[in-house]
Amino acid sequence: MSIPLDENLCLKLYERMLTIRMFEEKAIELFEHNLIRGNVHPCIGQEAVSAGVCATLRRDDYMLNTHRGHGNCIAKGADLKRMMAELLGKETGYCRGKGGSMHIADFEGGNLGANGIVGGGIPIAVGAGISVQNRGTDQVVVCFFGDGATNQGTFHESLNLAALWKLPVVFICENNQYGLSTPVREAVSIFRISDRAIAYGIPGVSLDGNDVIEVYTKTVEAVERARAGEGPALLDCVTYRFFGHFTGDPGRGINYRSKEEMNQWLDRCPVKQFKEQLFREKIVTEETGKAIEAKVRASIEEAVRFAKESPFPSPEETTQDLFLLK
Amino acid sequence: MPEITFVESLRMTLKEEMERDPSLMLIGEDIGRYGSIFGVTKGLLEEFGPHRIRSTPISESAIIGSALGAAMTGTRTIAEIMYVDFTTCAMDQIVNQVAKMRYMSGGKAKIPLVIRTQGGGGRGNAAQHSQSLEALFLHIPGLKIVMPSTPYDARGLLKTAIRDDNPVMFIEHKLLYATKGSVPDGEYLIPFGQSDIKRKGKDVTIAAISYMVMKALKAAQRLAGEGIEAEVIDLRSLVPLDLDSILQSVRKTNRVVIVHEGCRRNGIGAEISSLIQEEAFDFLDAPVERVGSLNVPIPYAEPLEKAVIPDEEDIVTAVKKVLYRT
Repeated sequence: MSIPLDENLCLKLYERMLTIRMFEEKAIELFEHNLIRGNVHPCIGQEAVSAGVCATLRRDDYMLNTHRGHGNCIAKGADLKRMMAELLGKETGYCRGKGGSMHIADFEGGNLGANGIVGGGIPIAVGAGISVQNRGTDQVVVCFFGDGATNQGTFHESLNLAALWKLPVVFICENNQYGLSTPVREAVSIFRISDRAIAYGIPGVSLDGNDVIEVYTKTVEAVERARAGEGPALLDCVTYRFFGHFTGDPGRGINYRSKEEMNQWLDRCPVKQFKEQLFREKIVTEETGKAIEAKVRASIEEAVRFAKESPFPSPEETTQDLFLLK
Repeated sequence: MPEITFVESLRMTLKEEMERDPSLMLIGEDIGRYGSIFGVTKGLLEEFGPHRIRSTPISESAIIGSALGAAMTGTRTIAEIMYVDFTTCAMDQIVNQVAKMRYMSGGKAKIPLVIRTQGGGGRGNAAQHSQSLEALFLHIPGLKIVMPSTPYDARGLLKTAIRDDNPVMFIEHKLLYATKGSVPDGEYLIPFGQSDIKRKGKDVTIAAISYMVMKALKAAQRLAGEGIEAEVIDLRSLVPLDLDSILQSVRKTNRVVIVHEGCRRNGIGAEISSLIQEEAFDFLDAPVERVGSLNVPIPYAEPLEKAVIPDEEDIVTAVKKVLYRT
């Protein structure tokens, strides 16, 4: 089957996905070297959702993100250097070292921040949608959250409000099928999360979240609909996180999922699948493929170098940034 | 100067600020046609329309979260929570989102947001509609807390709150709504962190907040009949706190009673008392006395409720205790 997307867009999507993959691999490595504190929640395996969704957006569109959010930051156009610096707690990081992995925000790039509270960002996305509606612009808000968040009250309150007021918010469920160790089938009372859209009278679609082209094309529909003032939609992107919940998850989650299941999903790796597709369509050749990889690797190395060389914030800064002083 | 009620003062202020700032939005339950449960927003929907006066479903998390999202993206917002008791339904949004957004983004988020709510007992509204919860919020860095006691202060403080670019909890008292006071037509703002001496005195300092200021003034009047001149300081805002004025008064009177309606245990009196002993220990001629509600939920029956909430008599007793006149 030929790819229905423009060649340049395909290359952009591939490069984004590869960047996310390599960034996450590097973050895990830095965590293991004790350069990153707390925890990292890698989105390895979910790259197609990040890249596919964010490629439909303009820079001035808004995004609300989750604790597993590095990929979405990158896809929304964040600077790798400032991201990596934030992971290392450096002054040059997006949040000057005050946020860390779970709280990267880049307001100039429309990234309104990630959330350490599952479902915490969903009403904030609705508010950004209200703001857009009141200001009369044609911006769109994309709100990422996991399957676990769809059981939070905020999910239901927010979808109802967004539907009621026809707000330009596209709700993206990154359904990686586990809330920490709890499988979605033991946590969600219905088979398809997209069916929850029915309760709010908005379109709901479940899709293959490992197929970047499907993610992109379905998101385009929802985003254009929202931009035209026709209201919100819910996309349930079914995917899988290869690494486990976080960097402290034993055996990449082997305590709660089988080796067979993990291998099945590894075979459906979104990056590998898309790369093979691009090879088949001759959009990428052996040679250009290597060049893209080298370019991405160099950008990650540069980000690491920048982060390592940057200073830590000084202790005097601890009491700054609480309130905006006139 | 015309005498108007506390509610009228709030309504006039909201109307003026809505006219002044065309982006200003109100969001909350029953604030539209109904005009809100205490009538504060009456007439505003008709004047400013449904985009700026957003009457919501019963969804406190979505109210606060969406108010935050709107504020962060350029829409100055006042969220109304009908009873302070209901803020607990939105606690994650207030504590983890609103209060932390600016700090954890490294000072990038600008949050022009007021959370208007009301609390307090005395009307037989029982345990879930009568609380004074300011101490909960006092414990959360990132929130300013304002509690006016007169129609005049309400107007000046609300203007300051609305124009502030930080989250402000504006907590009114239901028993103050019908009280009347002089309010000039012309514009005035009352800065936060500036207490007001509501009565001058030399023998003892009574530091009070919200409706307790009224009770403290009555107690002071009674004490005057017994030759005791109490100075009544209305704190007006708890964050920021005007500690200097309290200390100044304590250095003069050498005795202090702190009065609030929230539970005595871990109430604001505990914090202020501690600050006084840290800063003015040598000036104290008696231990600091705290007057607050008993450590039980607010009961329904009138004699029980009266026994729980501090009254004039309790304040008089506390004053006599610090004067060793018991």
